[in-house]
Amino acid sequence: MSNWLIYRTFWDLTVSGLVLGLIYALVALGYTMVYGVLRLINFAHSEVFMVGTFGVLVSLTKVFGIPIFEGGQYPFRTGFVLIGILLASLLIGMAVSGLGAVAIERIAYRPLRGAGDAYGAVALAFVTGLILSFIISSDIGTNLIIAAVVAGPLSILYLRIFKRGRQAPRLAFLISAIGVSMALAEAVAIWGPDERVVYQTPRILEKKVLFKFLGADVRIDYVIVAIGAVLMMTSLLLFVNRTRLGRGIRAVAQDAETSRILGVNVDLVILVTFLLGGAMAGGAAMMFTLVYDQTRFNIGFLLGVKSFTAAVLGGIGNIRGALLGGVVLGLAENYGSAVFGGQWKDVIAFVVLLVVLMFRPTGILGESLAKARV
Amino acid sequence: MLLEVNDLHVFYGRIEALKGISFNVNDGEIVTLIGANGAGKTTTMRTVSGVRSVAQGSIIFDGQDITKMPPHERVKLGICQAPEGRGIFPGMTVRENLEMGTYVRGGNAVEKASDLEHVFTLFPRLQERITQLGGTLSGGEQQMLAIGRALMSRPRLLLLDEPSMGLAPMLIAQIFQIIKQINSNGISVLLVEQNATQALRTAQRGYVLETGHVVKEGSGQLLLDDPAVRAAYLGG
Ligand SMILES: Nc1ncnc2c1ncn2[C@@H]1O[C@H](COP(=O)(O)OP(=O)(O)OP(=O)(O)O)[C@@H](O)[C@H]1O
Ligand SMILES: [Mg+2]
Repeated sequence: MSNWLIYRTFWDLTVSGLVLGLIYALVALGYTMVYGVLRLINFAHSEVFMVGTFGVLVSLTKVFGIPIFEGGQYPFRTGFVLIGILLASLLIGMAVSGLGAVAIERIAYRPLRGAGDAYGAVALAFVTGLILSFIISSDIGTNLIIAAVVAGPLSILYLRIFKRGRQAPRLAFLISAIGVSMALAEAVAIWGPDERVVYQTPRILEKKVLFKFLGADVRIDYVIVAIGAVLMMTSLLLFVNRTRLGRGIRAVAQDAETSRILGVNVDLVILVTFLLGGAMAGGAAMMFTLVYDQTRFNIGFLLGVKSFTAAVLGGIGNIRGALLGGVVLGLAENYGSAVFGGQWKDVIAFVVLLVVLMFRPTGILGESLAKARV
Repeated sequence: MLLEVNDLHVFYGRIEALKGISFNVNDGEIVTLIGANGAGKTTTMRTVSGVRSVAQGSIIFDGQDITKMPPHERVKLGICQAPEGRGIFPGMTVRENLEMGTYVRGGNAVEKASDLEHVFTLFPRLQERITQLGGTLSGGEQQMLAIGRALMSRPRLLLLDEPSMGLAPMLIAQIFQIIKQINSNGISVLLVEQNATQALRTAQRGYVLETGHVVKEGSGQLLLDDPAVRAAYLGG
């Protein structure tokens, strides 16, 4: 590849790298916040993002009834209708992902923290019953009935185990995360109408070039992603720094035991942390579908690992670090793929992860954990 | 009676750290728990704060059974602690640390300001360092901050776990003076100390803990005069 070509496309790569980086950054926030309060890598967070993209897809096609193509054309909308649909799908994506993250916390993590409650026990028992029922039947109606029947006695057993109040070993959280992650992705792959195929999302926004930036095309969807991402991150920072619950999150991240002694409801703080992190991933999911017009059952995997890399790169546990790490990684991927060729794009994130872990495990804004400011 | 602990058993896994201890704190009293390392003093304090769960026995606060109550509810009732090792939030400023004491009450700015004022009259040093990060304070300053922070919650019962640990003798005397001053404002104090002489002089009553049991109790003076206590905890 000639130098001339690299030069010519440099600003194009910068613009699209920034957009991609902002999406990584939004997803990275979930990893970093959960790590901050629980010292736990929520590997199921990638599926929180995936669920969000499907939330957006369903809201567009089912709630607003928008087809993929209208008379051979993209179903473009304009004006207030467009703004309304974009905002609504953003909120739905955030809600689906936020609640998904909370559900994962309840079902997959809270019982392991030795703080299981009745809801968690019933939900976990139901899921266990459902999974077991596939051994005997593949009719979803029968499965649900079996799950409901099994859930009764099983939830009593689970509750009894939870009540012992002992924290499970670290590895148990990791296994639980991978399990719930695979279960979610496979559930979408099996029960989704198109199974493992790529789903197109309705392209309601006509992606016109708004202006030129140093010769690079800046499209309207890029601008929307940039504004949306910055607004979401600013609100998050304001919440964490200015509200009472936000102070609770920072306190738990620094010293959970003392926070409890001072009256912080740690379970509530953890729930809010998952909710916020999930909502950010849901926002990212909406922006992702806006730019790329597609999703798939395993869309979360690669994006999740890359966002995790972004979180580590910026300094895990650090909100500003997630933003920085996301943007740096998005740019590095784009420049790298121009230099080494597009087929190397995905390799770059992993090389970055390796290099960071070897030479600066605390990340760019690396602060020691004790001082980590969420 | 403000706090009444009956036959408390607490476990860490299979290890029984408290094997049925009972004690109480009356309204307006300073009561001290003394005992060797590992006797179970910190465990007792954590259990009263609600961060360790109780296997058997009960904790009554102001007539209400709080044995199973979550910690944040207890702070609302008026139980707050300056924990062992101080538990300062390293990445928060002195002011933010102090404001964490008002977490359960929420934000009434006027109340907060007058509470801060009160803490600063007890610990003028904290006012000078208001914007400094908690993690960069000296040990003595951190201890003042931990006590001040607990006071910000307007407690009825203040739990102090080894407030004199690691401090210079001058400062220790000052801290005990301040504990008396806090108590004279009507706040009851449960005080855990290695520094048994000072603690027994400051407190009206004391309990001696040994490997999870209460082995002696009585007025501060009585325990100071007790030969067995003198030999074991007061250096002869
Ligand atoms: N997290 C824990 N896990 C297991 N055992 C513990 C834990 N914390 C305390 N213990 C044990 O419980 C017993 C009581 O400990 P505790 O901290 O209450 O003692 P203490 O009287 O406060 O001692 P010190 O004067 O050294 O602070 C000790 O034997 C200790 O080893
Ligand atoms: Mg102790």
